[in-house]
Amino acid sequence: MDLTTHYLGMKLKSPIVPSASPLSEEIGNIRKMEDAGAGAVVLHSLFEEQIAQESLDLDHFTTKGTESFAESLTYFPEPGEYRLGPEEYLNHIRKAKEAVKIPIIASLNGTSAGGWTDYAARMEEAGADALELNIYYIPTDPSLSAEKVENTYVEIVKSVRSTIRIPVAVKISPFFSNLAYTAGRLDRAGANALVLFNRFYQPDIDLEDLEVRTHVLLSTPQAMRLPLRWIAILHGRVKADLAATGGIHTAEDCLKMLMAGAKTTMLCSVLLKKGIDQIREIEKGMRKWMEEHEYVSVEQMQGSMSQRSVADPAAFERAQYMRALAGYRT
Amino acid sequence: MPIRVPITIDGNEAVAYVAYRVNEVAAIYPITPSSNMGEWADQWASEGKKNIWGVVPDVIEMQSEAGAAGAWHGSLQAGCLTTTFTASQGLLLKIPNMYKIAGELTATAFHVAARSVATHALSIFGDHSDVMAARASGFALIPSGSIQEAMDFALIASAATLKTRVPFLHFFDGFRTSHEVQKIELISDDQMREMIDDEMVLQHRMRALSPDRPFIRGTAQNPDVFFQAREAINPYYLACVDKTEEVMEQFARVTGRVYRVFDYVGDPKAERVLVIMGSGAEAAHEAVEHMNRNGEKVGLIKVRVYRPFDTKRFCEALPPTARSIAVLDRTKEPGSAGEPLYLDVVHAAYEGLRNGYGAIKSLPDIFGGRYGLSSKEFTPAMVKAVFDNLAAEKPRNHFTVGIHDDKTQMSLPYDPEYSTEGEKVVRAMFYGLGADGTVGANKNSIKIIGEGTNFYAQGYFVYDSKKAGAVTVSHLRFGPDPIRSTYLVSKASFIGCHQQVFIEKYDMLQYLTPGGVFLLNCQWGPDEVWDHLPRKVQQDLIDKKAKFYVINGYKVAEESGMGDRVNVVMQVCFFAISGVLPKDEAIEAIKDSIRKTYGRKGEDVVQMNFRAVDNTLANLFEVKIPSQATSKLAMRRPVPEEAPEFVQKVTAEIIAGRGDGIPVSLFPEDGTFPSDTARWERRNIALEIPVWDSEICIQCGKCAMICPHATIRPKVFEEKHLKNPPKTFKYADARDKEWAGMKYALQVAPEDCTGCAICIEVCPVKNKKETKLRAINMAPQPPLREQERENWEFFLALPEADRTKLKVSAIRHQQLQRPLFEFSGACGGCGETPYLKLLSQLFGDRAILGNATGCSSIYGGNLPTTPWAINEEGRGPAWSNSLFEDNGEFGLGIRIAIDKQKDLACHLIRKMAGTIGENLAKELVEAKQKDETDIFEQRKRVKALKEKLRGANSAEAKTLVAIADMLVKKSVWAVGGDGWAYDIGYGGLDHVFSMGRDVNILVLDTEVYSNTGGQMSKATPRGAVAKFAAGGKPVAKKDLGFMAISYGSVYVARVAMGAKDEHTLRAFLEAEAYEGTSIIIAYSHCIAHGIEMEKGLESQKAAVDSGQWFLYRYNPDLSREGKNPLLLDSRAPKIPVAQYMNMENRFRMLARSKPEDAKRFAHEAQEDVNARWALYHYLAERRFGDGNGGKGEA
Repeated sequence: MDLTTHYLGMKLKSPIVPSASPLSEEIGNIRKMEDAGAGAVVLHSLFEEQIAQESLDLDHFTTKGTESFAESLTYFPEPGEYRLGPEEYLNHIRKAKEAVKIPIIASLNGTSAGGWTDYAARMEEAGADALELNIYYIPTDPSLSAEKVENTYVEIVKSVRSTIRIPVAVKISPFFSNLAYTAGRLDRAGANALVLFNRFYQPDIDLEDLEVRTHVLLSTPQAMRLPLRWIAILHGRVKADLAATGGIHTAEDCLKMLMAGAKTTMLCSVLLKKGIDQIREIEKGMRKWMEEHEYVSVEQMQGSMSQRSVADPAAFERAQYMRALAGYRT
Repeated sequence: MPIRVPITIDGNEAVAYVAYRVNEVAAIYPITPSSNMGEWADQWASEGKKNIWGVVPDVIEMQSEAGAAGAWHGSLQAGCLTTTFTASQGLLLKIPNMYKIAGELTATAFHVAARSVATHALSIFGDHSDVMAARASGFALIPSGSIQEAMDFALIASAATLKTRVPFLHFFDGFRTSHEVQKIELISDDQMREMIDDEMVLQHRMRALSPDRPFIRGTAQNPDVFFQAREAINPYYLACVDKTEEVMEQFARVTGRVYRVFDYVGDPKAERVLVIMGSGAEAAHEAVEHMNRNGEKVGLIKVRVYRPFDTKRFCEALPPTARSIAVLDRTKEPGSAGEPLYLDVVHAAYEGLRNGYGAIKSLPDIFGGRYGLSSKEFTPAMVKAVFDNLAAEKPRNHFTVGIHDDKTQMSLPYDPEYSTEGEKVVRAMFYGLGADGTVGANKNSIKIIGEGTNFYAQGYFVYDSKKAGAVTVSHLRFGPDPIRSTYLVSKASFIGCHQQVFIEKYDMLQYLTPGGVFLLNCQWGPDEVWDHLPRKVQQDLIDKKAKFYVINGYKVAEESGMGDRVNVVMQVCFFAISGVLPKDEAIEAIKDSIRKTYGRKGEDVVQMNFRAVDNTLANLFEVKIPSQATSKLAMRRPVPEEAPEFVQKVTAEIIAGRGDGIPVSLFPEDGTFPSDTARWERRNIALEIPVWDSEICIQCGKCAMICPHATIRPKVFEEKHLKNPPKTFKYADARDKEWAGMKYALQVAPEDCTGCAICIEVCPVKNKKETKLRAINMAPQPPLREQERENWEFFLALPEADRTKLKVSAIRHQQLQRPLFEFSGACGGCGETPYLKLLSQLFGDRAILGNATGCSSIYGGNLPTTPWAINEEGRGPAWSNSLFEDNGEFGLGIRIAIDKQKDLACHLIRKMAGTIGENLAKELVEAKQKDETDIFEQRKRVKALKEKLRGANSAEAKTLVAIADMLVKKSVWAVGGDGWAYDIGYGGLDHVFSMGRDVNILVLDTEVYSNTGGQMSKATPRGAVAKFAAGGKPVAKKDLGFMAISYGSVYVARVAMGAKDEHTLRAFLEAEAYEGTSIIIAYSHCIAHGIEMEKGLESQKAAVDSGQWFLYRYNPDLSREGKNPLLLDSRAPKIPVAQYMNMENRFRMLARSKPEDAKRFAHEAQEDVNARWALYHYLAERRFGDGNGGKGEA
């Protein structure tokens, strides 16, 4: 049985790819992912904003209180050098590349135009096989038009694309007026893949403390319906590969996504909950299902249930809502 | 020709630079002002910098100077080139080893930033009393007087000791030299190699202990031989000075800088000669040259080798014309025939005359005097006064200079206007706050000018005795000639005032030269500033024809992302206006320097500073000065008019910066100062203060409890007291059932609050309509100042709570107890002071405190004021500081003395029971005094006793009256930080544990030496970055509580007020009630943790929640009841330790320098917690009393 898939111009031994998560911060985990059968690994994201904040914090806290009191003109020893900025992350890429044979996809969240391209280039130089742009952006300015927001996305993709040679995937959220249009623009801007979808951590309210909490909720299987729809819709309409992420917990989920048109199915919550070995279990489940249903390869099924391929394309559109409701009434 | 490499550096770094390179081991212990030498060495070692033999020296921090001396001695005995750095009490602790090291003819040179030894008071500042205390040890003593000399003599001492085998103590003046920044010539490693003879090093090694050539050293000797054996050493001392001079000659060949054993400066035919050593010699040098230019025949001998004192060379250095000599000592030896250098000179002249040394034909007149104690200013004007004294008909001997002694009339008058500074020297002064970065910017400016031009440059920085809102004054000089002015700038052509509030507080313009520049950082623009200036400032600007500039530095800093640091902004202004360098060149140099300084902290930090540079000039404006002063504003009084006389005459003068002018007669003779003075200071340092929302407040008292400065207070009172309250005075119905019908007020002291906002953080109430609002909220202080001052006065006049009616175990009640620790100079948001304040509220009216040296002794007892207060009955905490190392014993001594006097009182009462009355006598002796009511009753009895004995004339009755107050229970507290309790004072503390006396010990555990700037202690947790643990502390924190528990008889509590305040309160009550030794170990968040201080409570909670600081009490009384004495008071760890560690820069910064180590430490720290929790949990779960020590199965 052939599980290989082509994603970002690379041949992967399996479509199962752990997405960016804290798990990939440990080289040991990346090894385990490879051993369990992952086709590739997306590293945790490098946040430009965090790097800047760390610098400013370091300066603030090593300077705070200094030169005030004669007995304590400073409070900390100042090492000759700090390992600030992307160095740690770049080293991590290098170590990951040394540790495993499967492709390593670096992940970047920039804040400045210079940051996106500069860090992208350094990640390429460090040996990343591909780069995933994790555009995590929540516009709140009421005077900022949708078009400007989308232009920002496009500009980021264009500038990174023109800076580096390795393939570039773009992880986006579903919150666009016309996602298909935006996807097309990103496709034309040079994105080699679209990763659907970025799941924003949503705030919660703590009723006892009257505080806004931002603790992470892991995805539920229900969450996969949204990427499933959009992968099915976009499949065949954009050149870029499509990767599914969000709510994929089982072999069946993977199969559905692949049929909708995904080149890879990305796992996160399920690995955090059940462990990295779950990759093996899911693969096993996929193989079993494929065997039972006489599929010989993953590529065979990729896109087979996309909007273009199904008998009832409207099922992926608004009409589905009407029908679902009607079904509920009866 | 030697290569000359200029460098701008301070004295400590200059000395450490050499000492590090010519040694293999440094055993140190931090003490101001020498700490930086050890810190430099440690930093270089952690960076892998090598000494001249290509090896990285070992720098080891010990538990005390005595420990450092032992390690130093041991390392020397085992053959390593070893050094140490110290000062003051630290040097005193080293003396026993110094005798040994010298008696064993061990080659070593160490370095002392000379500092006053504590006498009537502690002082961190410079004089020679410490060195003089060590002068009999057998060490050679060599002083240096400038930064260049400090570097040079560090090397000369290191070379000379190898050559002579006599150990060398090199000293230089604390702060004046240790902290002054100067441009000097660097000694290269090659030059050091030339100076240090490897053959001598080998000999040093061959004299070391080795089982391969065994011998014993350090024998015990008897009367038959000790004396002779001691005298056997003589040849080495006889040869020492000759050989040292050879080293100096060699040094001159290597570096081009010439020194002699005694250097003479001045007219070769001088009739009057001054003898002096240390930094004062520089000011004297400047004065002598000036006086010579004016035709005065005066000269100066700078002592370069003080011990061994070479009388022959001294006499040879004296000009043959010398008729009278003044000898200045920077020390005081009460009861001596004269100070040490004076006696040496008298002796030298006498011997010189007898032996025909030099050109002495008759005995000159020799006069001794004291100067410069504790860094007292020593200026050319004072030198002139000393020479004038020599010229007087009847010169005064044993004089002082630099003060006004109106008590014993020993001081020489001097003319403060007398100046010897050259016209070419640019002088500038800058007034800033510690927090605004002024000093850092000035150090940077000195570097730019010193290293970028041919100018010589000097900087000296005067700091505040407060930690919150600390004022700094920078004194800078630049000029084409070497700068010998080892005294403050008193005439400046540029004065920068970096804080608007100073304009009404400090008379800065008194120092401005005519036509000089005054730069003010303020919110006012050039057209409006004039009307905001006090009249005196306006008049001075007009009279001095000053140039006046303003900038809104805070706006520029804020817009550039710099927050409240105006350092770069004000630095750019200085260069732009002063013209010391061409403007563009200066700005380029500032940017270069920013990149050098901040580059390693990341590009964002660099760019932020660049933005500040670029944004400055557009906001800098010259102000046109009107021809007339129009302001009605007066300069602020340092204290209010109603303050007591002593506060007016002494305290106020110190606050106003005029302490130098206070005459001797106004001071207490024995170091005793009045309590209750901080309330007069009213520093007005808060930009914002809390404002009470009386409607939603639940009156829980938590804000008052956590307030580090006792500036937010509740009162409950009857409505009848609300007569004519100020219009804005707020109060509400008291909510507590027991206060039904009464009123409640929560009031802020607007002028004493530091604006730390920690009270807001602790407030548990949120406004239902707008949750960001609490029951107290911060609002700008200036518009509230006047009304709240009035409200505060009204509030203070409301009656205090009846202590006997309060439920002290409930915070809302307990907080009505008046704090007797208020308005301290501790950091805003301090984590220590809430505990002291709580102590003062609970027991202050009957407490005696021994306070170990450290932060708490500084904010508790550093002049001008003390936060220890007095209640309306005239009672309050009695406070004293003995030393750093002995506070446990000090507390024990206090306890013993109280108990002894109480015993005596009881004995006398029994004896005089007939006179006193049997009942009263019995009650007095047997009173249990378990609570406030009991104590109140006992006080009444004591009062009755005194009444009964009034008029009694017997010695016993008089004695009883004198000590009767001891019959009221006294609460004895030994208070200090972790440096004391875990390290330097642990031996004594342990002994106190073992004695079982009723001493309460409070350890304010900041897990680091906070007061001296963050050095590692044994309380520092694993993985924390601290000085001497730059790579993270590799071992776990010592479990002090467990060590105390091991006695079984000590009450132990570990508390964290920010995590569980009720627990803290309970622990204090139990500890004090326990009739034996008690120790409370209190988590104290600290600026040295790298946190926002108002977020300290979050750290405390996380420390407890992670198990890093789980809470417990161990109460031996429970075991007497057959119960398990250990109570775990916090739940099992619920967050990972790493989560807590990530909240504080002390841990986090390791991840930025050594990420792998940081991860490993975090993992190990978790294991530490798991193991400790398991152990304590096991102990707390034990069924007690079955004797098996195991977990009860029953």
